[in-house]
Amino acid sequence: MISLQGITKRFGDHTVFSDIDLSLSQGEIIVVIGPSGTGKSTLLRCINFLEKPDAGRLQVGDLRVDTQHASRADILALRRRTAFVFQNYGLFANKTALENISEGMIVVDKLPKAKAHARAREILERIGLAEKADAYPASLSGGQQQRVGIGRAMAANADVILFDEPTSSLDPQWVEEVLGLMKQLAVERQTMIVVTHEMQFAREVADRVVFMDDGGIVEQAPPEALFTAPKDERTRHFLRKILAPKGQSEL
Amino acid sequence: MLNLEYMWGLLPVLLSYLPLTMQMATIAMFFALILSCLLAVIRVSKVPVLNGLSLLFISFFRGTPLLVQLFLFYYGLPQLISSLIAITGVTAAVLGLTLHFSAYMAESIRAAIVGIDRSQTEAALSIGMTQSQLMRRIILPQATRVATPTLMNYFIDMIKATSLAFTLGVTELMGATQKEAAGSFLYLEAFLLVALIYWAMVEVLSWGQRRLEIYLNKAYQR
Repeated sequence: MISLQGITKRFGDHTVFSDIDLSLSQGEIIVVIGPSGTGKSTLLRCINFLEKPDAGRLQVGDLRVDTQHASRADILALRRRTAFVFQNYGLFANKTALENISEGMIVVDKLPKAKAHARAREILERIGLAEKADAYPASLSGGQQQRVGIGRAMAANADVILFDEPTSSLDPQWVEEVLGLMKQLAVERQTMIVVTHEMQFAREVADRVVFMDDGGIVEQAPPEALFTAPKDERTRHFLRKILAPKGQSEL
Repeated sequence: MLNLEYMWGLLPVLLSYLPLTMQMATIAMFFALILSCLLAVIRVSKVPVLNGLSLLFISFFRGTPLLVQLFLFYYGLPQLISSLIAITGVTAAVLGLTLHFSAYMAESIRAAIVGIDRSQTEAALSIGMTQSQLMRRIILPQATRVATPTLMNYFIDMIKATSLAFTLGVTELMGATQKEAAGSFLYLEAFLLVALIYWAMVEVLSWGQRRLEIYLNKAYQR
């Protein structure tokens, strides 16, 4: 069970969003959509404390954190329970695919190296990259790098995996394999929050779609309801624009 | 014409001073590496107070000639701190070389650290690594690779700079050559020979540098 209460983030005078409440139960898959610059990514980053929120409380499992009085230990614990998948992969360039996945288990969870490597191999198997165990990121395709990025997040054994536009910087030919892996995780009921512009993915996979605009959550509903009968004018406007056939929207 | 026979005879004499020269350079490089990493991490992490002191340190040691610094340590400091009167030329030279070169090296290492893709830092933090784990396991290993060519250049420069120790009365490679030349009056032969020795030393190191770079770049081949 994950919950955000009253999460607010400002950059200087600019309020990105304020007083966001959101909660999801274990095994739930949430897709967050909305126009660029509405703070979707920032919201994810607040959950992982890559950005410090300016107000609010976070709860992940039995860990409750008041963001304004979070200790160093709170932050580290929170991060270990919320894994992050980055738009630009963020793989460690000096480590192999295997080491990228085992690093957190060794350094943070203090698992013995052999055990961590064995677990990392299992994960490589699941993400279909067993034969790339000893490859360095520079020699992997974008799609393979992002799958390793997801593998690293899986290794954290976190309560939730946060995906920040995981396919946005991929060449089109790699998008499907990454979405495929995410769907596989969804089938296994991995709890996740996904920020994406892949509407088809949202439709197929999400239990709930959250639409963000103007510094807040405008509406949230199961995908069928949100895509076919959006309640708010802003949602309708956004969906019209993004679902319009290519070319038409650019006119 | 050159007196080749004299040069041939002088070669083993001069080579016997090579160990001292290399010792001074290696010890100074060792301490300069430690000090410059420290300075670089302080600068990157913007540690209060220490950051300001680092800036001042770097500014002074880059802003004044090495020879002036050596004279300050050897001739100047004992005036201020009387127990330093016993400082040997070698110690003063190693101290001067360490401080001087660490100021330059700190900036190269800092640039190498800053040049590492920010997303790796965030990724490391996102999985719960601490700042120091991030530095040790992710950032510094990569920064080392980026900075290695530059640091090797500084090492080469440092070997040649040890010749300044001769102005502190140290009989190292350069000092020995000067003495020999003054005795034989064969200045061209003596200084040409010592130039060739320095050159050969640097060539050997450059070869080692290329091998090291190939090794360090292993992980980054596409």
